[in-house]
Amino acid sequence: MKPKVAFFDFACCEGCQLQVANFGEELLDILEVVDVVNFREVMSENGEDYDIAIIEGSITNQHAVERIKKIREKAKIVIAYGACACTGGINAMKNNFEMPEIMHYVYKDDAKYFDTIPTKAVDQVVKVDYYVHGCPVYPKEFVDVLKCVLQGVEYKVPEKSVCTECKLNENECMFDKGLTCMGPITKAGCNSWCINNGNICFGCRGFVENPAKNAAIEVLKDHGLNPELIIKKINMYNTVLDEKLKKKGEE
Amino acid sequence: MPKTVYVNVEYLTRVEGHGNIVVNVTDGNIEKCNLEIVEAPRLFEGMLRGRSIFEAQHITSRICGICSCGHTLASLQAAEDAIGFKQSAQTEKLRKLLLYQEILDSHILHIYLLAAPDLLGVKSFVPLINSHNDVVRRALRMKKECNNMCEIIAGRHVHPISTTVGGFTKLPKESELDRMRQIMERMQEDMEATVELLTTLTFPSFERDTEYVAIVNDENEYPFLEGDVGSTDGVRFDKHEYKNYINEFVVPHSTAKHTKLSRDSYMVGALARYNLNHEKLNSEAKKAALKLKLEPGTKNPYLNTVAQAVESVYCIEESIKIIDELKETGVKHDEKITVGLNENKNIPVKAGRGIGAVEVPRGILFHDYEIDAEGRIINANCMIPTNQNLNNIERDMRKLVPEILEKTEEEITLFLEMLVRAYDPCISCSTHFLNVKFVK
Ligand code: SF4
Ligand code: SF4
Ligand code: SF4
Repeated sequence: MKPKVAFFDFACCEGCQLQVANFGEELLDILEVVDVVNFREVMSENGEDYDIAIIEGSITNQHAVERIKKIREKAKIVIAYGACACTGGINAMKNNFEMPEIMHYVYKDDAKYFDTIPTKAVDQVVKVDYYVHGCPVYPKEFVDVLKCVLQGVEYKVPEKSVCTECKLNENECMFDKGLTCMGPITKAGCNSWCINNGNICFGCRGFVENPAKNAAIEVLKDHGLNPELIIKKINMYNTVLDEKLKKKGEE
Repeated sequence: MPKTVYVNVEYLTRVEGHGNIVVNVTDGNIEKCNLEIVEAPRLFEGMLRGRSIFEAQHITSRICGICSCGHTLASLQAAEDAIGFKQSAQTEKLRKLLLYQEILDSHILHIYLLAAPDLLGVKSFVPLINSHNDVVRRALRMKKECNNMCEIIAGRHVHPISTTVGGFTKLPKESELDRMRQIMERMQEDMEATVELLTTLTFPSFERDTEYVAIVNDENEYPFLEGDVGSTDGVRFDKHEYKNYINEFVVPHSTAKHTKLSRDSYMVGALARYNLNHEKLNSEAKKAALKLKLEPGTKNPYLNTVAQAVESVYCIEESIKIIDELKETGVKHDEKITVGLNENKNIPVKAGRGIGAVEVPRGILFHDYEIDAEGRIINANCMIPTNQNLNNIERDMRKLVPEILEKTEEEITLFLEMLVRAYDPCISCSTHFLNVKFVK
């Protein structure tokens, strides 16, 4: 029997789901091996019986906390899909503000109607079995992860930094152009997508494990830069990971 | 006949973002007829404060996956307006090409995957894989091709990489121009088949008089990126004045912020653009409109989907024109820039305020940034198309429900869902919506 797959969206831009629709006709091949029972963005069918739950988006209110717990109870496998789910993604930038202050800035007196909590990654609420990093996800990696899920084997996120891929792609280093790039401290796996297209890495895949010790830090040193300063400068995607690191440090 | 109807569609499917429809009719009296928004707030405007305008595109693109290029362009326009930067003619062309591709992509997604299943009486495109395999394949192929186009122009569609304040960090090669031309030529055939398909579908008949709002200008081109804000009620104002004309307000029955201009509500999007600017469409798009019997002055919101098809034809033809122009003049590769966060201060920055107003697939989108002398954002505001349409959707619902009361509850639900979907709402975009629980 084909495994039943359900997509669920929490606070996010739904761009990662869209990556699935962008597979084009290959999507039909994927639909041969799995049975999609829930995909609200493009389906009205509402399957409540599923084996694999693919979670897009971050947890940003109490209602979402309850909802994700229920999904975890039903699903055999939970996949955090995209930066929003894996690390809190761009949504976690709000954690750098006091909640009442930022709520009042956007909604003024109507802020009281909201239920909001600081942004959490999915694994801060429930156990996550697989991660597909990136904002958006890199489609090839999603297929790789899906294959691992279907074969029941572990998927290992590369330990390397984006720099390793970037060098293989023979890009001119952004630091040589006088710009700051998150590549040295960001997990590889996107084939240095942004630098290949002439922009800097914004760090959407999250820190490499142990950013301070990782060999890639050499790039920063070569340019006389302090990794911490860079994190501060472009902390778009790592607020939650930063919180986790700090917590680990305290323990 | 007095009738009691209770409709509650939770987590409306096949729309972007989360919304519920709640209708309550007791003995023929409408007690409640609302589109509730249940999207969790993401607070983009708040998060932008303190950020460099050179990061704003990257951040605001992530407001919405479907409209990521639209948000990108509105953001860049606002940032460049604030610092007084003028884009080059080539940048203008490439940005336009990118927007045409996103409009095409989004319209195709809506026509085929979100709207067509209703008209064909199925719950999603999945059953269509068996019953209408060629149609599904065509839809996925067209979407994929738009994606390929965006990849060439901007690195990827969700979320564009090479579009920055000042221009592009990569530019298409000669061979890529050729490839884009081929893609668009193939798309012409698929688009013809799409128009053909739409002629066979019947849309619900329903009309309501309302105000239509879109970008207008005095040029000969159907406007998406440059111009004033205009309406079918004869209003016209500079985009910098948007806050003085458009009222954002909170209504007592719901705490979702609504907007209005000259009257109770207005509509933005493909139908609004068509009603205001149809004379400026190219001849192919005009032919399609004729074939699809889309009259100027159409007041049936369900036909927004048809207007999207007409615009899709327009976008393909105009894209070909731009590609040909670029081929003729040759792409000036020396215009390629690397900006990052403007560490090298190659782009002069000054304090000020800038407004971006761009027609994105679902209607006019405003980005508004106030920045300090270092280029850091002090205040930000984004006004999203769906936000502007919400009030109009609810007023449509309130006129529609009494007209279809004799139908079954199921049919009423479907008509309402179809109505909401016709607007192609993008609730995940709606940064301003308030979360509200309704008492039953
Ligand atoms: S990770 Fe990025 S692309 Fe994916 S849903 Fe979140 S904001 Fe959108
Ligand atoms: S710092 Fe950035 S540009 Fe330089 S090698 Fe690493 S990823 Fe590439
Ligand atoms: S290069 Fe950096 S920002 Fe771009 S996709 Fe890869 S990790 Fe994300």
